[in-house]
Amino acid sequence: MDTIAPSLAETVRKIQSKEMSCEEHITSRVARIPRMDREIHAFLHVAGERAVERAREIDRKASRGEKLGRLAGIAIAVKDNICVRGMPATCASKILDGFMPPYDATVIQRIEAEDGIIVGKTNMDEFAMGNTTQASAFGPTKNPWDLERVPGGSSGGSAAAVSGGMVTLALGTDTGGSVRCPASFCSVLGLKPTYGAVSRYGVIPYANSLEQVGPFARRVDDLALLFDVISGHDPRDSTSVPDTKPSGDHRHGVKGLRVGLVKEFFGEGTQAGVREKVLDASRTFEELGATVGETRIASMDYALAAYYIVAMAEASSNLSRYDGVRYGASLERGTADWNAAFAKTRTECFGPEVKRRILLGGYVLSAGYYEAYYLKAQSARSLLRKEFERAFRSYDLLLGPTMPVLPPKIGEKVSPLEEYMIDVNTVPANLVGIPSMSVPVGFSSGLPVGMQLMAPHFGERLLFEAARAYEGPGSPEAED
Amino acid sequence: MSGREQMPEGVKIGLEIHCQLTALRTKLFCACSSDYRDREPNELVCPVCFGVPGTLPVLNEKAVEYALRIAIALGCEVAERTSFYRKNYFYPDLPKNFQISQYDKAGGVAIASGGSVQLGKKQIRVRRIQLEEDPGKLTYEGTIDKSAYSLVDYNRAGIALVEIVTEPDFESAREAKQFLEKLRETVEALGVSDGELEGAMRCDANVSTRGGARVEVKNISSFKEVEKALSYEILRQSTFSGTDAAAQAETRHWDERRSITIALRMKEGEQDYRYFPEPDLPMLTISREYLQRVQRTMPEVAEVRAERYRREYGLTAQSAREVARDPLLAAFFEEVVDLHARPSEVANWLTGEFRGDLRRLLDEKRRKAMADDLAELLGMLDSERVTRVHAREIFRDMIATGKKPAQLARGEKVGVVMDESSISLVVERVLRGSDVAEKAKKDQKAFNYLVGQVLKLEPRADARAVAKTIARRIRHG
Repeated sequence: MDTIAPSLAETVRKIQSKEMSCEEHITSRVARIPRMDREIHAFLHVAGERAVERAREIDRKASRGEKLGRLAGIAIAVKDNICVRGMPATCASKILDGFMPPYDATVIQRIEAEDGIIVGKTNMDEFAMGNTTQASAFGPTKNPWDLERVPGGSSGGSAAAVSGGMVTLALGTDTGGSVRCPASFCSVLGLKPTYGAVSRYGVIPYANSLEQVGPFARRVDDLALLFDVISGHDPRDSTSVPDTKPSGDHRHGVKGLRVGLVKEFFGEGTQAGVREKVLDASRTFEELGATVGETRIASMDYALAAYYIVAMAEASSNLSRYDGVRYGASLERGTADWNAAFAKTRTECFGPEVKRRILLGGYVLSAGYYEAYYLKAQSARSLLRKEFERAFRSYDLLLGPTMPVLPPKIGEKVSPLEEYMIDVNTVPANLVGIPSMSVPVGFSSGLPVGMQLMAPHFGERLLFEAARAYEGPGSPEAED
Repeated sequence: MSGREQMPEGVKIGLEIHCQLTALRTKLFCACSSDYRDREPNELVCPVCFGVPGTLPVLNEKAVEYALRIAIALGCEVAERTSFYRKNYFYPDLPKNFQISQYDKAGGVAIASGGSVQLGKKQIRVRRIQLEEDPGKLTYEGTIDKSAYSLVDYNRAGIALVEIVTEPDFESAREAKQFLEKLRETVEALGVSDGELEGAMRCDANVSTRGGARVEVKNISSFKEVEKALSYEILRQSTFSGTDAAAQAETRHWDERRSITIALRMKEGEQDYRYFPEPDLPMLTISREYLQRVQRTMPEVAEVRAERYRREYGLTAQSAREVARDPLLAAFFEEVVDLHARPSEVANWLTGEFRGDLRRLLDEKRRKAMADDLAELLGMLDSERVTRVHAREIFRDMIATGKKPAQLARGEKVGVVMDESSISLVVERVLRGSDVAEKAKKDQKAFNYLVGQVLKLEPRADARAVAKTIARRIRHG
């Protein structure tokens, strides 16, 4: 990696002025991915030819003197549950084997409209169900900082691709922490936007009412730029909100900002090294002029249970369509006994974690259990929303560790429940719909630690400003 | 209830009608054309209605308006806030293996509920109305219970349906049929559905006799079949009543070809559809202002209009109903009446042999010109410039070609032929070629036949003059 790297704007400027050939730039970027990815396995699909073809188009555009988009010539990796026309979309599942989406997700259209270049699709936990990227049908992704450890998940491939310097930017999806967890474990920035800020059209759903597409980057300005490109109202997504002015005054720095440490975010499962690093970061905010206090979100106790009930319920229904009739894997055709045919395809092509969540989801929606589980979970969700609203009356931002633990080792034996437990700090933002961001705050025992910042609905600009202040002028090296 | 019908006592029937909003141009949640009839299989699909992963539904606003028209016409209470639910079940005709529908339990609210329809002296209660998407269509090789494979066509998948559920207020198959006919006239008058299109209105029925178990009969694909299917099922249940084969709670399938119901599956309690709110569609708020606007702008219902035609124009009940039933025909009728003073004459022209062609060929664009033309033709008839038989021919050509009546009558001498010598010539020609002259002396039918033959050759001939001439001719040899 270069020590002093040009900003994205500098790259765009050079391509625009023909000082640099976009084609050469992208060709070299794409060519080195397989070599860099040999150990890490961040990518499931590299679309080299398509990327270079796009790069040529951008060069032609520059030659014609047309103004280039804000992402011209920037290599971007996309999680494999986001549809890109002409590339497979497997969700890291055997059941979507051979599926080529016939359309582009809205976020892809927006990136390409700004001349960004999609270079490939990245690994993930099957259907985004997991926080280690080990639940991929195509093998795990490794953490670039320690190849024996997981990169986090479920967007582990995208985080590792950015962290390992293979791409400048990447997209993930975050249903219960799937952008923030791998951002934390891989020491990059990751944002879970406000629910409704980014279109979900073209995102293969895990849990519709919780998830958002989120960007990964190594620098705050880059993260903010990608967010700006992908966000905005989309008539094809009825849950996307009409364009509004971003809330929060435009401010510089964090002077006078009220930052609340949420006591529950530092629960008993929090590792000491993680706690220490995050508290250090909060002291940095104080030094920068913010006031730091402590607050509580009592109903955090219900967050995990509520999250998993809602997510599994929605997932059980979303994943019903994979039956082998219309697309993807199909193990039995030409039979009248379609029940048996569906069962065979689904039994053999879904992984164990996916099956577990379909079964649990079906259970909580069953007659007689719906009220006890699903409706209860929705009540917990409203309770949590109220408590966050209250906390935001006293604090501009809330702060805690993104993950209570350091990245675990690949293959480490944990029960599903233990695995679910480490999502405790990330799921509330999804249940409540507020924006949340993971920011690298250093290392403990040589492993990355991330802090999580949360803002009220549509407070993304405040998050960027705080992270920018924390990042300081000596920003981490970026490269393009 | 008709005396002819032998209905056992204690029959209870509830209906669940699925009515396609055929007046919509697009499907319920995507922009695909909803004109799916006579198309190649799987031609009218897009990523959304095909259930391609990652796609999202966007509600067709017009569908909401049309559903509200039905709700208002049936006197239902319209919900202020309503939401969509997923009904989860695996079936190959469902692209997503769930149907986006509505639900009135567990916090769900249907778009409208609690209406009623007057059927003679009887009131049929409407439990609820909801909006949902139509599944695709399965084609079986052979019959449903013995097929080796099935084929699926998703053109119909995503078509907007309004489901109308009644209370079990019917006591005979005939009542059920009457209700359905009335409902069809209503949705047609509302301009939301053409019930005559194949599969546009379908119904399932819950049938029980003498407090026995409730049996659901599915797959009644047309109203013609309803009475047959229900009569069969009532007979079947009452025949086995009190025996081991007594009606059990089950779902049966109406086999149109064999005209019987066949057992599909036992109902072990209610099938669990694992309903939950559709997370991709936000709650729908129906403001009272919006509802009033729908009410103000919706077409008059057939029944009200028919009553007005009886009152204002003095049409017979039968004729008024026939004209009022079809909104386009009714509008046409009123336009012609405005130009011509005799409504019953106009109604006769619209409801007789030309009704089908008019419905097919008349559209908004042609309506105005056609009304002028028909009025002109009727004027020609009144002033005896054309005969009735000739006028019919001219009208037929007008519908087919769009030409003016004067234009069509030209070339031949316009007017009525009354003089005996001209008529005699034609009568002679007819009698020469026919051997019924003898028979016509006594037989009125044969006599009328001869008159008809003459009018065919000379449409302008006055029918009374023709009859007189023939009568004289055959009597005097």
